[in-house]
Amino acid sequence: MKIYLKKSDYEKILEYAVSELPNEACGLIAGIIRNDGEEEIRNIEKVYLLTNTDHSNEHFSLDPKEQLQSIKDMRENGLTPLGNWHSHPESPSRSSQEDIRLAFDKNANYLILSLMDRSNPVLNSFHVENGESTKEELIFID
Amino acid sequence: MTITVSGNKKEVKDELTVAELIVLENVEMPEYTTVSVNEEFIQRGDHETHKLKEGDVVEFLYFMGGGRS
Repeated sequence: MKIYLKKSDYEKILEYAVSELPNEACGLIAGIIRNDGEEEIRNIEKVYLLTNTDHSNEHFSLDPKEQLQSIKDMRENGLTPLGNWHSHPESPSRSSQEDIRLAFDKNANYLILSLMDRSNPVLNSFHVENGESTKEELIFID
Repeated sequence: MTITVSGNKKEVKDELTVAELIVLENVEMPEYTTVSVNEEFIQRGDHETHKLKEGDVVEFLYFMGGGRS
């Protein structure tokens, strides 16, 4: 699977995550799924910036009300929910045990933005299934 | 009666409860799922008694969260 993310949407996530420091920030991603031969291609067409109702630098929960509004917006725009994103203010861009435990959807892409090194933020996408997290191919496009 | 579930129209029996719909839809991890009907959140304790009506719009919102530990 290849996942494409517009640089402008990456910047949107980054700017929001930095503004939410020291807490974790979170949101949703939506887009279009297509097939190129046997390979699945996912284009992230829209990123949603949601409230972390935990207001914590160690964990996050998406606000269900905002989640509902986001799902409605995805439907209205013909987009497919693809997964979610969250930031790690002080740890690397990889799934924590808690991230894995609470990743219930094996079809979702879980994006994690590390702000551990503020001058070098890192965004990766992960597939989580059967208690294992695997890094996916995330490609930034103009 | 016809209701809309996760964006799709469905024919279901009259007075179907939210709890019955959860079973019907094979909702995974219902303990981590919030149900909204016409954009109102239904408390978990009301799932057994909340009866759906013609034209209701139902969404299942899966808990999304994580942590550092």
